[in-house]
Amino acid sequence: MIKLKVNGRERSFDGDPEMPLLWYLRDELAMTGTKFGCGAGLCGACTVHRNGEAIRSCSTKMKDVAGKAITTIEGLSPNGDHPLQKAWAQANVPQCGYCQTGQIMQAAALLKKNKKPSDKDIEDGMAGNICRCGTYQRIRAAIKTAAKEMA
Amino acid sequence: MSIQKIDNVTRRNFIGGVFSASALVIAADLLPQAAWADTAEYHGKAASAALKPSLYLGLEPDGTVYIVTHRSEMGTGIRTTLPLIAADEMEADWSKVKIEQAIGDATYGDQNTDGSKSIRGFFVPFRQAGAAARLMLTQAAAAQWKVPVSECSAMNHEVTHQPSGKKLGYGALAVAAGKLPAPKPEDLKLKSRSEWRYIGHNAKDPKSIADLKDITSGKAIFGMDAKVPNMVYASVERPPVMGGKVQSFDDKAALQVKGVSQTVSIPPFQAPYTFQPLGGVAVVANSTWAAFQGRKQLKVEWNNGEHASHDSERYKAELLDTAKKPGKVVRNVGDVDAAFAKGGKIVEASYYVPLLAHATMEPPVAIAEFKNGKVEAWVPTQNPQAVQDTVAKALGIKVEDVTCHVTLLGGGFGRKSKPDYVAEAALISKSVGKPVKVVWTREDDIKFDYYHAVAGMYHKASMDDKGKVTGWLHRSVFPSISSMNDEKALYGFNVEYGMGLNDMPFDIPNHRAENGPAKAHVRIGWLRSVANIYHVFSGLSFADELAHAAGRDSLEYQLELLGSGKILDLKPQLNGQEYWNYGEKIEQYPFDTRRLRKVLEIAGEKSGWGKRKPGNGWGMGVAFARSFTSYVASVVEVEVDKAGKIRIPKTYMVVDAGTVVNPERAVSQFEGAAAFGASIALTGEISLADGRVRQSNFHDYPVARINQAPIQTDVHIVESEELPGGIGEPGVPPFVPAFANAVFAATGKRVRELPFSKAKLV
Ligand code: FES
Ligand code: FES
Repeated sequence: MIKLKVNGRERSFDGDPEMPLLWYLRDELAMTGTKFGCGAGLCGACTVHRNGEAIRSCSTKMKDVAGKAITTIEGLSPNGDHPLQKAWAQANVPQCGYCQTGQIMQAAALLKKNKKPSDKDIEDGMAGNICRCGTYQRIRAAIKTAAKEMA
Repeated sequence: MSIQKIDNVTRRNFIGGVFSASALVIAADLLPQAAWADTAEYHGKAASAALKPSLYLGLEPDGTVYIVTHRSEMGTGIRTTLPLIAADEMEADWSKVKIEQAIGDATYGDQNTDGSKSIRGFFVPFRQAGAAARLMLTQAAAAQWKVPVSECSAMNHEVTHQPSGKKLGYGALAVAAGKLPAPKPEDLKLKSRSEWRYIGHNAKDPKSIADLKDITSGKAIFGMDAKVPNMVYASVERPPVMGGKVQSFDDKAALQVKGVSQTVSIPPFQAPYTFQPLGGVAVVANSTWAAFQGRKQLKVEWNNGEHASHDSERYKAELLDTAKKPGKVVRNVGDVDAAFAKGGKIVEASYYVPLLAHATMEPPVAIAEFKNGKVEAWVPTQNPQAVQDTVAKALGIKVEDVTCHVTLLGGGFGRKSKPDYVAEAALISKSVGKPVKVVWTREDDIKFDYYHAVAGMYHKASMDDKGKVTGWLHRSVFPSISSMNDEKALYGFNVEYGMGLNDMPFDIPNHRAENGPAKAHVRIGWLRSVANIYHVFSGLSFADELAHAAGRDSLEYQLELLGSGKILDLKPQLNGQEYWNYGEKIEQYPFDTRRLRKVLEIAGEKSGWGKRKPGNGWGMGVAFARSFTSYVASVVEVEVDKAGKIRIPKTYMVVDAGTVVNPERAVSQFEGAAAFGASIALTGEISLADGRVRQSNFHDYPVARINQAPIQTDVHIVESEELPGGIGEPGVPPFVPAFANAVFAATGKRVRELPFSKAKLV
């Protein structure tokens, strides 16, 4: 039995400990804000926080989240109004939108560590997240806007 | 495109049951859309139906306006942009508009969200639908007040009697207006441009995309996120070689995996491949993960068939070789051979673009439930009517017995117009008796795509002593999309020719375009901007080569090649072929090279073209294209470091797309096109060995990341009152050669083969 916290709520899981967290979130908890993009740690669509750090849930086994606190996009803010989510809205960032929850979760972890990221910090911090629609320049801008608001 | 008839169908039963019985509903019937591709299976379907209401707009007594979008949202913003048109004409309050996604149904008209044609096709019908609603509401108010209609005007969700100042809200008028006869199209008074409140450049505040909040909070439902009760999951092992068949399989170990319930055989396609599934063996389980795990345990013996020896390197050599030989003439002006015989300077070059995969962020996925001889499906699809047809055919049921709900699409780019993945889900569901969700892995997506065609091109030109081009020969060889419907197809067709091969707009006295034969060994499909990708890459790279050969500035030279500007008359030059013109009438959408000159000139100004001397790892490149009836010039600025690493600090896109309904979303599409073009140019390559695709995921099929895509793309949209043109695709074609030309300017290395990652730049 694996115990973990998801968005503040205690959960227990007694399935395959090798199963990636992604499928637990999506198929079992029906939290589909965390996306399946590559299943191999290559695209960032599945990004969530484990004890505050950004991880790729597609490549993180259930046994590796035992006793940990997981935050998904559904738990990032109560009303979808985290400064990043607001900045995303202001810049009308999404195109198809599929990558965006992963982008936001990655950016949230970045801003937690680095309150005033430079262009280079943003590039380095976000390089693991693919946006096939190419919304990158708005992502940069939105991260800067949110950083300002959070400062 | 116009409404033939506006039908007040208040009491009619509505598809999807969106409206209450008392709602005022406008149905606009329109002429059939041109089919995307002449040879596509779905051609003529819209044309054969007698009446095709393409859109529905409804108003409820509570004042809520429902606008049904029948086109698919894959990132262009169409779910926002189409409703804006109708809402503007209706004088609706945007905050009272609710957007409903249509299911697949031919009565909506063309739903194939492809070819950058949603606005081209439906701008007028949506305006007319809105205007009809406004007129009926005004008439209803006038009747109630017993005053002349001419004394009443509608604005922002209410009708005002001007002399008395009396007002009635739209909601209060809905029922009475719904009883009035529908106006004739000719009685409609469309708003003048200056009266537009939501459409175009004078829209006060750009509207957020309809699904914004849902997307950023994780609530948006993409196909991957849809769920229905009792659903099971499936993952399919498909033949590694196109056209291969299962010889035998052993599912013992697969069935041992916890959660796996059964396996299901999917029959191979009957050639030609069309939109049929590839066939194979599906593993069915109670979760996605269990299905994936079970599939890994499958042992399948394949009968690989005729394409098992296909090899990309050999094929490439064949294509380039074929391109050196005379092919089928698809356009002829003057006498190229005579021009070449006269001598002068001769320049020639071969270009190559490999197969490309769509790699939509959301891999293909579909839910289907077969029950009582009918199928209900929930799909991220660009083409719900093709879903109906394909599923119906695969299961031997009637088209009207297939219901296709359209979810949000995590990207489309043409992949999700081909519903092979939905037929898989339906076939498996029939077998297991439950709703089935088929989830493609990224590996499946990369290995079993309908690939953008690989192409070999050859260009040869002669120039006089002043550097003026006297003759230009362009040959193009590629496996055609028509192989989808004819496995023996060797040549392209007018859709592919009309994307940069038979419509090169240079004003040259002697010009010939030819198409050589090539057989398809993988499924070929269309990818964002289609044949333009290879034709415009080679054509505009070659133009740059000519500029350098002539010792001239490339932008100036490209302008000179265009001549002083005119409306092209291609028809007499195409050997009896019809010029495709992106499915539009040439009188409505003429090919006007003055518009190309203009975007090029503006791009020069905006980018500060020519101000900085290129070289030493810095350079700018320029190119242009008219595609999907829009005119675009791109300037790309690059830096190439000592290790050969390319960075794109800045890109300029200048766009004349005629009337632009939603400039903010248009800008985002051109930003995205630059990133898409960067992926194609930098790293895009699918290759095969022994008939099998080598690549499998983003490590070996990389797409541009935040540090590889242009850091900043400035989009300038030319204000224009011309008819609306395409937006989603036209940014891609000019970007790629502009990028290649920039790399040349920076490094002196001419990259004639994509992707750049294979070229030695330092
Ligand atoms: S799905 Fe996890 S990194 Fe791509
Ligand atoms: S918005 Fe479509 S993948 Fe990022």
